[in-house]
Amino acid sequence: MSAVIDVRQLSKSFGSVRALDELDLTLEPGEVHGFLGPNGAGKSTTIRVLLGLLRADAGDVSVFGQDPWQKAVGLHNRLAYVPGDVNLWPKITGGEAIDFFASLRGGLDRSRKDELLQRFDLDPTKKTRSYSKGNRQKVALIAALASDVELLVLDEPTSGLDPLMELVFQECIREAKLAGRTVLLSSHILAEVESLCDKVTIIRQGRTVQTGTLAELRHLHRTSVVVVCDGDAASVESLPGVHDIRRDGDRVLFNVDDDALPAAMGRLLPLGIRSLVSTPPTLEELFVHHYGNGAAVGAGGEQS
Amino acid sequence: MTATMTASRAMRHSHRDDGGNLVATGRLTRFALRRDRVRIPVWAVSMAGLIGYFGLVIPIAYPDQAALQTRAAIMKDPAGAMMTGPGYGVENYTLGAMLANELLGMLAAAAALMSIFLVIRHTRAEEETGRTELIRANIVGRHAPLTAALIAVAIANAAVTALLMIALVGNGLEGVDSLAVAAGVGLVGLTFGSVAAVTAQLSEHARTASGMAGAVLGLAYVLRGVGDAQELGGSALSWLSPIGWAQQTRAFVDLRWWPLLLCVSLTVVLLVGAYLLAAGRDVGAGLVPARLGRANATAALVHPAGLTLRMERGSIIGWAVGLFVFAALTGSMGQGIVDSFESQPQFAEMFGALGGGDVLRRTLVTFLGTFAMAVAVYAVISVNRLRREEAEGRTGAVLATNMSRPHWLLSSLAVTALGSTVLLGVTGFGLGAGAGASIGEPSLAWDFTLTALAYLPVVLFFAGLAVLAYGLLRLGGWWVWLLLVGSILIGIYGPLLNLPDAVLDAEPFGLVAQVPGTEVDAVPLLWMSVAAVALFAAGTLAFRKRDLEA
Ligand SMILES: Nc1ncnc2c1ncn2[C@@H]1O[C@H](COP(=O)(O)OP(=O)(O)O)[C@@H](O)[C@H]1O
Ligand SMILES: [Mg+2]
Repeated sequence: MSAVIDVRQLSKSFGSVRALDELDLTLEPGEVHGFLGPNGAGKSTTIRVLLGLLRADAGDVSVFGQDPWQKAVGLHNRLAYVPGDVNLWPKITGGEAIDFFASLRGGLDRSRKDELLQRFDLDPTKKTRSYSKGNRQKVALIAALASDVELLVLDEPTSGLDPLMELVFQECIREAKLAGRTVLLSSHILAEVESLCDKVTIIRQGRTVQTGTLAELRHLHRTSVVVVCDGDAASVESLPGVHDIRRDGDRVLFNVDDDALPAAMGRLLPLGIRSLVSTPPTLEELFVHHYGNGAAVGAGGEQS
Repeated sequence: MTATMTASRAMRHSHRDDGGNLVATGRLTRFALRRDRVRIPVWAVSMAGLIGYFGLVIPIAYPDQAALQTRAAIMKDPAGAMMTGPGYGVENYTLGAMLANELLGMLAAAAALMSIFLVIRHTRAEEETGRTELIRANIVGRHAPLTAALIAVAIANAAVTALLMIALVGNGLEGVDSLAVAAGVGLVGLTFGSVAAVTAQLSEHARTASGMAGAVLGLAYVLRGVGDAQELGGSALSWLSPIGWAQQTRAFVDLRWWPLLLCVSLTVVLLVGAYLLAAGRDVGAGLVPARLGRANATAALVHPAGLTLRMERGSIIGWAVGLFVFAALTGSMGQGIVDSFESQPQFAEMFGALGGGDVLRRTLVTFLGTFAMAVAVYAVISVNRLRREEAEGRTGAVLATNMSRPHWLLSSLAVTALGSTVLLGVTGFGLGAGAGASIGEPSLAWDFTLTALAYLPVVLFFAGLAVLAYGLLRLGGWWVWLLLVGSILIGIYGPLLNLPDAVLDAEPFGLVAQVPGTEVDAVPLLWMSVAAVALFAAGTLAFRKRDLEA
């Protein structure tokens, strides 16, 4: 099956600001794809190009095999979009706003709308003027999730939701995945991406720096270890592949490259381990890794 | 790489004809009309109401042909022509000729303003807030939002035309000529709606886009004004202005339709331009890059009054221009009114100008009272802005700093007081300058400016009521409007209705009824000032004690 989204060497400038600089992004059908990058990296710009709202300066962009700038209307039949910052008309109610968006898509399944209203705990009879940012976002989310589409394009859709609603959102995305939908989820909430996404693309300054499955990205990286031993655990310091060693009371903390982990464990075992906690790298650490030190690192799946 | 890019470009061209650029236009049009279901009727009814009002008043003020001819003489004067129209039919002035000459231009400008606001509101303003992006991400054609806005504005202008037609024919005027006037107004509206459709493509910001279209409207009004002042019937300059075209139909004098074709042609050209500009651009982008603002706030802006003033500046300027134009127009009619009063003493009574003395001054001071009422409306609106600031969370953000509530509130009131003072001064100056020009007595401008300022305590009294209502948020703001509108109605119609003196005396606007240039009875005004200060204080106290809304 051909890719749902295929972006190659996409560039886009606003005046002298180069927002996208030969960016690549590919989504296969049925995958939930995390799109990560710091503020101003170009996530929203990429998504607007994918929706046919912005015209690409250079590069190839295809959504369902078609050029979004030329075929926007036809493509929008098959996708739904939620922006990070939702602005609504102040004098209508949330329920009316959802129906209005639905009417622009050719109607909606009322029971599905009611179910989502309940799950997201949104009062549809209130005027949108009284809604918080999170509630306005729920309106756009419900309108998108209630529509019967193949592709969901979500640009930091949960930035205003509380943790409880965040869970509801994750549940909805899992259901969408089970229903065979493809999801592009741009986010800065790493836990969300970790728990939801099959694949991740990380961009910085308009360029793709890394893309692959979470497993592929992780195995290149390090494990954080916190250990308490009878002997002096700090002696692992001399091993190759052990970094950032610190002492905190009788605990010793260090990071270790994944291929050096067996050697480190071998060194610790004879010292009498009383407790040991090891955690896989979070995407936060991947972020720091990529955006902290300017150099782009070889990627898990493809290299950019 | 180059090969694939070239190939994809070629593909793009082969797929160019999407055919779906207008998908969902109907749905968006209905949505726009729904959002404007109050706005459009208010514009249309107000404009038709103006015709209805003049239809009633003019036969009273100018009961016979001789009186009408004195009026015509003023309109022949370059200053009169500048403000009104080309002056067709002044040799044999009739009600119809008078409306076409003196009101058509103003109505056309009003329709133009309405159209500019509507078009920008549904195009660039939507785009600026990001709502267009949200809409266009659905099954909506590229040109659907612009087209829906234009259809809505066409419907609004059709409504204006229809109601004007009813009002004109209702005044007993001939149908065909009435249609020329009404359609002229609607077509000028449409023309400026199309101007706005172009400026909406140019700037990223709705305010700039309306500002540009408004500037074109101002230029159009001035061009025909200068043209009409140059010679009777207008000069070449009058023909450079869409408003001039509507006036050149010579309705009620010697009707011709073809000048309206100029409005239609210009509309078509502008619309083609707007669609061409819209076709290639990104959603949210403008063709004129946005001017970058200062990275750091100026000292004035950091002060809360400075911030409020920056927000209010545009609205104060708008009110000032509008009031000045109306006041100057009113003043310029002064001598004609006086002449008709001398022959018809009962009208003088209606305007409260009985009792000899300087009839002109006494009459105009009544108008000054009316303008002061308008300034009081501004003051109440300006105070009520606080409600929106609070509801949208900005007040909370400011008060979370070490700014105290009284300090914040009083800074904001200072701006309202400043705005009211400016507006009163400008109105008085306009009225006096207009009257002074019509009777050759320039010193009137200064006299009336001072007299107008005497209304400041009254205006601030109503602002004070609004502050109290804001402090006691739960009570709502309706009772302030009730008191203000009640005072206005009693002030205007009270003398006609023979209301008891006690009622008339209680009406605040009546406190300043004195002749400019003479001694002012300061006592009631002092009491008014005390009441205003007391209301400010009470409102501030109440505001300190209550919860913030957001
Ligand atoms: N309309 C615009 N005009 C000028 N610059 C823009 C515009 N939109 C985005 N940019 C710039 O492009 C870059 C990418 O922005 P964006 O795509 O919004 O990033 P992200 O969504 O990843 O935070 C930023 O530097 C931003 O300032
Ligand atoms: Mg963004």
